[in-house]
Amino acid sequence: MSFIENLPFLSVVVFLFAAVVCSVLKPRAARAFTAAVEALVVVFSALTLFYTYTVGEPFRYNMGHFDAPWSNQLRAGVLDALAALAFSSVLLLSHIGGIRYAKIDIEQKKQNSYCTLLNLIGAALMALSYTNDLFTGYVFLEILTLSSCGILVIRRQGRTTLAAARYMVINLLGSGLFLLGVTLFYGTTGHLLMEYIKVGVENLDATGEYSIPLTVTIGLVSAGLAIKSGLFPFHTWMPDTYGTATPTSSAILSGIVSKGYIFLLIKIMYRVVGTGTAAMTAACHILYVFGMIGIVMGSFWAIKSKYLNRMIAYSSAAQIGYIFVGIGLGGDAGFRAAIFQVLAHAFTKPLLFIAGARLSEASGDSQAFSALQGSAHRSRAAGAAFAIGAMSMVGIPTLAGFSTKLYFAIAAVEHGTLVDLATLAVLAVSTLLNALYFIRTVIRIYTPSPAPEPLPTFEPSPDKHDPGLAAAVGFAAGILFLGIFPGTVSSLILTGLSMFG
Amino acid sequence: MTINPTKPTGAVKTMKIRDNIKKWLAYDYDLDAAPVMPDPVEPDVEAPDISFWRSLRRRGAHRALYYVAAVICSIILASTLILTVSGMPRYGEDAEFMDTVTYEYLAHGMEYTGAVNIVSGIILEYRAFDTLGESFVLFCAVTCVLVLLRIDDGKDDVSLPCHDLTGDVILSRTMRALIPFIFIFGIYVLLNGHLSPGGGFSGGAVLGAGIILLSSAYGEKTSGKFVTERTFRIVTTSALLFYCVGKSYTFYTGANGLHSFIGNGTPGNILSAGLILPLNVAVGLVVACTMYGIYRMFKERRF
Repeated sequence: MSFIENLPFLSVVVFLFAAVVCSVLKPRAARAFTAAVEALVVVFSALTLFYTYTVGEPFRYNMGHFDAPWSNQLRAGVLDALAALAFSSVLLLSHIGGIRYAKIDIEQKKQNSYCTLLNLIGAALMALSYTNDLFTGYVFLEILTLSSCGILVIRRQGRTTLAAARYMVINLLGSGLFLLGVTLFYGTTGHLLMEYIKVGVENLDATGEYSIPLTVTIGLVSAGLAIKSGLFPFHTWMPDTYGTATPTSSAILSGIVSKGYIFLLIKIMYRVVGTGTAAMTAACHILYVFGMIGIVMGSFWAIKSKYLNRMIAYSSAAQIGYIFVGIGLGGDAGFRAAIFQVLAHAFTKPLLFIAGARLSEASGDSQAFSALQGSAHRSRAAGAAFAIGAMSMVGIPTLAGFSTKLYFAIAAVEHGTLVDLATLAVLAVSTLLNALYFIRTVIRIYTPSPAPEPLPTFEPSPDKHDPGLAAAVGFAAGILFLGIFPGTVSSLILTGLSMFG
Repeated sequence: MTINPTKPTGAVKTMKIRDNIKKWLAYDYDLDAAPVMPDPVEPDVEAPDISFWRSLRRRGAHRALYYVAAVICSIILASTLILTVSGMPRYGEDAEFMDTVTYEYLAHGMEYTGAVNIVSGIILEYRAFDTLGESFVLFCAVTCVLVLLRIDDGKDDVSLPCHDLTGDVILSRTMRALIPFIFIFGIYVLLNGHLSPGGGFSGGAVLGAGIILLSSAYGEKTSGKFVTERTFRIVTTSALLFYCVGKSYTFYTGANGLHSFIGNGTPGNILSAGLILPLNVAVGLVVACTMYGIYRMFKERRF
């Protein structure tokens, strides 16, 4: 057994270890230590990805001295490692990108608690990426929910408490439905490891036994995870949550936390239920419909909003809709589009939040569009970063958003039915709406202020230790990579999906 | 002759209304407005609730619709779940595939884990990774409560209103008799987790409840002899680090097929079952500290 096969396990444990250590460190040390651990896990995930891709098959890792059905197990294939790599790099970049604001927004004595929560989020995302056990998935899902509430409420300003309460209620509803689903899976199949549940589910599906419990179970799990990730009618927490948290938290919550739930859902679809099961297909169709509505409504509200943060947040609701449309289209092409969108959105949205925070700082800390006018001239780097993110969201070629939309179009034309025509139409309308509000924002921030500079001039980064620019460059590099080499990523995703089977 | 203010013309009126609407909108959407918490200094005076106007707008038809929809949703969910449960496999059905794991645990659990209490064997050996996660859920919860409620800089330096029982005669006399037994029982449950029903979570809950009772009967000066912030930090951190490192060793040796130097001992002895006993103690300490920490935060908002 190669040493690299320990890395998935180490990624989780290192984060947990760091979480405990950070709770007793001084703020400065805690920040540095957390960043170092996140960077270490990025390396671990990259090595795991390389290893699984070269070996060509997934590996399993028993958590203890017992074999497969008796104990917890981790499993790493190409897709798991790819997700882990994306999650850990976005976590690192969001953390260092928002350090400047975290220092201001968070009380001194709570700085180390913030690092603790970031590490817990890292551990939970790594565990969700690699777990081969449904109940482990649930446990770390709880850690993810709680710690994301923590990073939201740590900024004691504005409406964060209200936003956190709303976020908590909707998330716990999702967790509850998911937990019911997991217990029902255990009740009907007697197992918690994914492969074993799948054998049981296939048996039941073939014989037609317990068809009602099975259908309900699949519905509960899908609904629970969809609610947690903020699919259309359950997106109402997004604007307050993303709009009021400190930029690092907004970036993490929108970029990777909701994606963790979606990745678990995709994993369950492939590895627990099997995409061919009738109930799963029905669930996918429902998700598809809500995804379509979400795309249009999210863009609609984004156009209506008067504040930058809220606009970016509503655009998240639309982007989550895309992912579920991909899942609903089904087949490898549909799931490839969905996973590509997960990656593209994970890199783009945090960039927008962090660049947006800098722009609003350059406009007297106001998020209103009227104040933001000309802010790109006051903070050039942030303006450029925001423009890149916005262009990617609209779908300009060579940026990630374009490849995503391309893959969605490919997935849509594959079947050639009326549904696919509807998908294409919604895709076109949504691109238009995206362009409407993102291009408008870019024009607004590049239009010079009319008044003779009523706002204080912004000195570019007086804080020497502010790595915000480096983070923005990292995000932009990710977006460009996804846009210029979509073929590489696509082949990784397809290999990973075939390993799921 | 009194000086009359100029009578507002129609245009001025319109402008005023427009200004008011603008202000109102800005207030409604103002991101940097005051937090929506009741003002802790004067609990009678409510802090401006930003969502008030919005809720007013929706009162009426929307509200009725909301209640009706909520009731309908609950009825649908409840009836679906009842239908589901009635269709579930009965106890003991489908033994071959379904109960493999159960039978394995019952048949070989004691032999392989060294724990007479199979539940402890399952949660701390077979499924130890889940339990590691559960301990971190507790840690996460107490961190979140600290983040939410803790005050250090005297910004809003007021504790939440609560009924203070310190010095209550009945409580303190009863506690004087009960406290030793509560603690001894907690320690017993904790230490015998691998031999009899109990273990880290239940024992820790008893210990935590004991400290909370002590604190509410005699005030924090007495309970402070047991748990200060320093001890809280040291105990939680070292227990979790021990769990992390100890179990990582087991996971690492197990997955790599290496021999672990931790033996199972003779089932039934107090010093047996490998890491289960120390892990139970670690989990128990974490649970007790978490309970007391959350209690302190809600009562005093500081240690």
